[in-house]
Amino acid sequence: MGTPPELHQYQPGDPRLPEGRPTSKLLAPLRAEGGKSVAVAMVSTIVFFVVLGLIVVNSPGWAEVKQAFFSRSQFRESLPGIARAFLVNVRLFMISEVLILVLALVIAVMRSLPGPVFFPIRLLAVFYTDLFRGIPTILVIYMLGFGAPALGIQGVPTSPFFWGVVSLVLVYSAYVAEVYRAGIESVHGSQVAAARSLGLSRGQSMRYVILPQAVRRVIPPLLNDFIGLQKDTVLVSLIGVVEAFRTAGIDSAATFNFTPYVALAVVYLVITVPMTRFVDAMVARDRKRRQAGGVG
Amino acid sequence: MTTEAVRIEGLHKRFDELEVLKGIDLTVAEHEVICLIGASGSGKSTLLRCINLLEPIDAGRITVLGQEITAQGVDVNAIRRQIGIVFQSFNLFPHMTVLRNVTLAPVKVLSLSQADAESRARELLERFGLADKADEYPDRLSGGQQQRVAIVRALAMQPDIMLLDEVTSALDPELVAEVLDVIRELAAGGMTMLIATHEMGFARDIASRVCFLDEGVILEDGPPQQIFNDPKEDRTRRFLQRIVDAGRL
Repeated sequence: MGTPPELHQYQPGDPRLPEGRPTSKLLAPLRAEGGKSVAVAMVSTIVFFVVLGLIVVNSPGWAEVKQAFFSRSQFRESLPGIARAFLVNVRLFMISEVLILVLALVIAVMRSLPGPVFFPIRLLAVFYTDLFRGIPTILVIYMLGFGAPALGIQGVPTSPFFWGVVSLVLVYSAYVAEVYRAGIESVHGSQVAAARSLGLSRGQSMRYVILPQAVRRVIPPLLNDFIGLQKDTVLVSLIGVVEAFRTAGIDSAATFNFTPYVALAVVYLVITVPMTRFVDAMVARDRKRRQAGGVG
Repeated sequence: MTTEAVRIEGLHKRFDELEVLKGIDLTVAEHEVICLIGASGSGKSTLLRCINLLEPIDAGRITVLGQEITAQGVDVNAIRRQIGIVFQSFNLFPHMTVLRNVTLAPVKVLSLSQADAESRARELLERFGLADKADEYPDRLSGGQQQRVAIVRALAMQPDIMLLDEVTSALDPELVAEVLDVIRELAAGGMTMLIATHEMGFARDIASRVCFLDEGVILEDGPPQQIFNDPKEDRTRRFLQRIVDAGRL
């Protein structure tokens, strides 16, 4: 029993590769075709990057660009401060992730409630996901970050960090709710029938039978969304949170040099590349397990 | 002292345009084993799902052990506790061990303690030769073992009536016997059962009565000897002839 197509769009690489080749192994398809293919791939890769490098290095503006973006001394100077400021981003996404996991689950379950009685609740959930998937994240951050504190209501926090978290949670919960929902819908109806026939209530069936299976299936796409979230934490700098992007901006403005941004990019890659590899490996393992076990 | 276990009166069920059940009347006494036979699409499975309230009915009445279960405002979950159902495709919970599959409902629905539910489950697993599978996950079991676990899972709720919906149809031929043996044992123990089946030989052995369903009605109903050896209806005869021709009887 396969997973519905909605789940596939989140999977990195092409999940519809024949025979379910693990996507995490970039070279696996080549190895399967023998040593000659690997050699050809290596040569063409080297040639490609050498040519590309030569074009860049021999461009008329290379000397200035090198100075502005890849200044070694500037890099060394900015990196510690940016790495320290990056901890703010880490805090942003750690707090947001936990809240998103909860809120999104609530929305997904709301949307899965059957019957005419729950129509208003379903409608609310649909409205929510439509709204926050439809608005660019940056606009939500601007409107909440500047608008909400400006209301001056007593007890409402004015901290940009707070409103940054709220914005990210609102936007990403809409996406993650859809991921959960795809997972819930991928659990076959016969599982519900089996649970209900044993006398379990609708809620108990959801909790003990449907959700555990659904969540397990959506872990890889969920992690994918979280990689996106980690990158989007830089957006809250625009309402005044001093995090890594902001810090890089300050450094850059002080020295008229763009190297701090490159330093931040490097920090990000150190975090996100291992994570994406991890997700890919999980997807591959999951597919293998499902093919072996035939659990649908 | 035959008491009535199930009474079905004028049951109609349609899926959109398609009327699947067109007026079913059937009374099942306690300890009776009813086999429902008929071509695919004749309504056997739908009938069983209606008795378990998995499908809402469009017209008619179903009474189980004196209680009308199709009345307004009944406690659906309480009714389902009395009626176990086993499906063609097993429908075990793949993320739970066999033991958890069997104990989930007794713990959550009957509020048994985990320990009590487990000892009851192990007893049942033992009885059906599955004691060593308690800690396995369903996908490590053969189809026959999975189906026996599904039967045990239903029995763990101590139902008064069991509904079996083509429980051997998804099994490899060599695994059919072990499941049929389990059902025989249940019948010998006096369990009231409604069995939708394509296993005619089995139906002839085990049934106290056989109902032939055709296009949403019970066309013929009688003891197995009569249905299989001397069917009154022409269509029953033709159905059985097809089965014989296919070498299945």
